[in-house]
Amino acid sequence: MSRLKKLINTIIGLLLLIALWQGIVLTGKYDSSLLPSPLKVLEAMGELIENGTLLTHIRVSLYRFSAGYLCAVAAGIVFGLILGWFNKLWGIIDPIIQVLRPISPIAWFPFIVLWFGIGDTPAIVIIFIAAFFPVLLSTVSAVSKVDQIYLKVAKNFGIKQPHILTKIVFPAAFPYIATGLHLALGSAWVFLVAGEMVGAQSGLGYLIIDARNNIRPDLVLAGIIFIGISGLLLDRLIRLLEHWIGKNWGIVPNERGL
Amino acid sequence: MKGGSEMYIQVKNVSKIYTQNTVNAKALEGANLEIRQGEFICLLGPSGCGKTTLLNLIAGFEKPTVGEILLDGQIVNEPSIKYVTIFQNYGLLPWRTVQGNVELGLESLGYDKAKIRKIAEEYIELVGLSLFKKHHPYQLSGGMQQRVAIARALAVDPDIIFMDEPFGALDAMTRMKMQDEISGIWEKKKKTILFVTHDIDESVFLADRIVIMTPHPGKIKSIVNVPLSRKRDRTHPDFLAIRDKVFAEFEMKEKNKIEYYI
Repeated sequence: MSRLKKLINTIIGLLLLIALWQGIVLTGKYDSSLLPSPLKVLEAMGELIENGTLLTHIRVSLYRFSAGYLCAVAAGIVFGLILGWFNKLWGIIDPIIQVLRPISPIAWFPFIVLWFGIGDTPAIVIIFIAAFFPVLLSTVSAVSKVDQIYLKVAKNFGIKQPHILTKIVFPAAFPYIATGLHLALGSAWVFLVAGEMVGAQSGLGYLIIDARNNIRPDLVLAGIIFIGISGLLLDRLIRLLEHWIGKNWGIVPNERGL
Repeated sequence: MKGGSEMYIQVKNVSKIYTQNTVNAKALEGANLEIRQGEFICLLGPSGCGKTTLLNLIAGFEKPTVGEILLDGQIVNEPSIKYVTIFQNYGLLPWRTVQGNVELGLESLGYDKAKIRKIAEEYIELVGLSLFKKHHPYQLSGGMQQRVAIARALAVDPDIIFMDEPFGALDAMTRMKMQDEISGIWEKKKKTILFVTHDIDESVFLADRIVIMTPHPGKIKSIVNVPLSRKRDRTHPDFLAIRDKVFAEFEMKEKNKIEYYI
């Protein structure tokens, strides 16, 4: 019921947007090279799908994204657990992180190219930077939120490091860390496109730049729409993951066993 | 106390002072207590009487400001798997199943997987939760969760079990049932149990000796012997006589119309 309602709402919203867009096109005030019509963009989307360009670029983008994101997640969680646990160390590192964090990953681009050359690596590094800080910060704060009773139990049962971190702190903190993973996913996807726009010869970001260079605004918009859809799908994917975690971590108080 | 052989647990002139913002709060003052191996001791008193503090000190979670505590002749410095604590809010790991929770302590004893599994199953059986071993804690009622915690504690075969108001969060009926069970387990397993409670009936039902504690500052006032045979009858005149005695210790005997509040 509510699912159907949601679907209907989505369709109504999309139709309104398209109607508005078509309406503006129909006023004739904007040349089709400035604002292509919905139909033209739809055709362009079909063209991208049909000739395989989309698949090639999405594949490249997803590869870079997964590489950068997963490395950031692994590094962010490992460092986050250690820094969160040894809070004296965090006291020293925290100010540095606070300075580095607001810097857009794109700002590093000149150095990234110098250090990592061209190709896939610069984009991966940019995604890494974009995803690393949210994961790190949410992990550090998650560690500090771990209920003291779990640590008391661990101490009582003679659990020693590194098992306190792996068996107790990490699983106890994971539901909070998952929130950070979700946030990181969003910002990393944003910077993937930006990264590919400045230094790549393939990928969804490049697709847009390439279309612009060929003066094909319909392809530009088609590319933008595909980026949005892929981002949405990734978001849904991590939501499923979050739900699964919630269930297995015993934090979803759904039906009682008995 | 009966003299002679060396006592198993010795609390010698122990005080605990918490300092917060340069203000000193005396949680426990001049506590002396000796406990024999295999005794069931209840620490009874209202909140602020230092009963939980005393338990935490003996269990090694905290250190005394003054005095010393010996377990089996050794000064207590830190918690040990030989002395397991059961908490009021159970301290179960929500991401582990019942089986996983009971296995937690066994994992640090260096047993192989098959042995860990076997011992855990044995103790889950003991507390009657075999049908629920694949469940997560949130799927269980409070009483069942506390049974998991008891199974987890017993599984590592500790010498002493500390219980900090373990049934405080349970309803009255479940609480009595759990009292029956822990009393039965104590008889079967012959563990030394130190049990913190603010419930007079609970302490008379469970303890060999009741340590009466009073607040401001936390102090041991007296010790009441409970020479009743097990399993105890909560309505028997002898039971009620000891209950009366405990009430008298708290100077609530004449005023026992006034509800005992915490």
